[in-house]
Amino acid sequence: MVYSKRASGRKFEELRKMEAKVGIIPRADGSAMFKIGDTIAIAAVYGPRELHPKFLQNQERGLLRCNYDMISFSVPERKKPGPARRSVEISMVTEKALMPVLDLTKYPNTVVDVFIQIIQANSGTRCAGICAASMALAHAGVPMKGLVGAIAVGKVGDKIVVDLDKEEEDFSEGATDIPIAMTGRGKEITLLQLDGDISKEELKKALLLGEEKIKEIIKKQEEALKEYFKVD
Amino acid sequence: MNHMEEKLTKGIRADGRKFDEIRKIEIEYNISKNAEGSARCRLGETEVLAGVKLEIGTPYTDSPDEGSIVVNAELGPISNPDFVSGPPGAEATEIARLVDRGIRESKAVDFKKLCIKSGEKVWIFLIDIYTTNDAGNLIDAAYYASLAALKEIRMPKVKDDKIVFGEYTKDKMKLEKFPINFTFGKIGKHIILDPSMEEEKFLDARLTLAVDNKHVHSMQKNGNGSFTLEEIEQIIDIAFRKDAEVKKLFK
Repeated sequence: MVYSKRASGRKFEELRKMEAKVGIIPRADGSAMFKIGDTIAIAAVYGPRELHPKFLQNQERGLLRCNYDMISFSVPERKKPGPARRSVEISMVTEKALMPVLDLTKYPNTVVDVFIQIIQANSGTRCAGICAASMALAHAGVPMKGLVGAIAVGKVGDKIVVDLDKEEEDFSEGATDIPIAMTGRGKEITLLQLDGDISKEELKKALLLGEEKIKEIIKKQEEALKEYFKVD
Repeated sequence: MNHMEEKLTKGIRADGRKFDEIRKIEIEYNISKNAEGSARCRLGETEVLAGVKLEIGTPYTDSPDEGSIVVNAELGPISNPDFVSGPPGAEATEIARLVDRGIRESKAVDFKKLCIKSGEKVWIFLIDIYTTNDAGNLIDAAYYASLAALKEIRMPKVKDDKIVFGEYTKDKMKLEKFPINFTFGKIGKHIILDPSMEEEKFLDARLTLAVDNKHVHSMQKNGNGSFTLEEIEQIIDIAFRKDAEVKKLFK
């Protein structure tokens, strides 16, 4: 059960190397790329635009619609193109992770579409997708209270770790994977999922570690946005 | 006469290109470590990703010693506000078919070399194409990305008839030929190479062809208008002339 050293050589509370870029899809109203380790996500925002069919429209505010997808060759075993149960669920929790920071009251009857694609996968894809989507929404100028950052925390063997990679997720003696998302300002948790086996104390420790690390992620997102909007 | 045609009559293309000028092509290899081969192609602002995953399958009974390729294209809603999620429609299917035919008919991939055991086991190359930004002429961008992905294929190790993903032999798949695809548009009487998104809206007809060293390997006419025989000859001549220039970009 003892996990004394991370296979990747990272410290237990160390994130993989991040890269963030805004404005990667010129056709979209907003777009961004977020890379963490070998996981690469891209996201594009279209809208607010009129929502069809009409009966789905909300007269009070615009809707957010997220679509998460992994491209077939992002994983070692080819993923059949098209939606699967996993991507349908992730699309939904992604929506719920982002909605708390959005203010779409000025855009009744519209939809903001967010498309997320995972280009290369090595764990943490939903979190990377949320990070990219949050930046793309900001780039599109959708009214937001702040950014959302996301990361997986968890337990590998007996250690609390952040940003599990594939090898750790598959740790033979058990791993607990807890993807979380948080707002930059209020530190509100907007995504929380857990698979594994963990005590309440350990969970608290993991969440506190996540909170700490999400600050680093949001800093990276902000830097990319500033870089894009920089005036020469 | 629409304004696009009017301008072309004066010899001017909307983005200032010559009639036979292709937008800048940029190829980036190995965009996904998990693919046996993958690439990104930028054609101006158009961007397409292609990847190849390998599979061990059974050959067709009429060609027991040949492997095969299967091409699939997704016109993702991420790349164009008018694209919707769902199974590939006619446009996506045409792109996949054109990529398939250019590679297959030119024999760029020697299917016999993909035979593992005659009548029983062959390699199948699953080529998947994803559009990420549509700024016109997705066909050629998809083709270039696919060709680049194929060029970079690493052959995986096999154990007990199963692929060991992530482990590779020293073999590299060599392309026998390097056919290049070109798409031409016709607006009024004018023939333009590599139509942009703006130009696509005004196309009367379109002709796509794959050529290699003065051989034509695939052709497809589309659009509601038509071409004269002279125009087709002119198009082939331009393609032959441009072939080497584009080939050079795949280093």
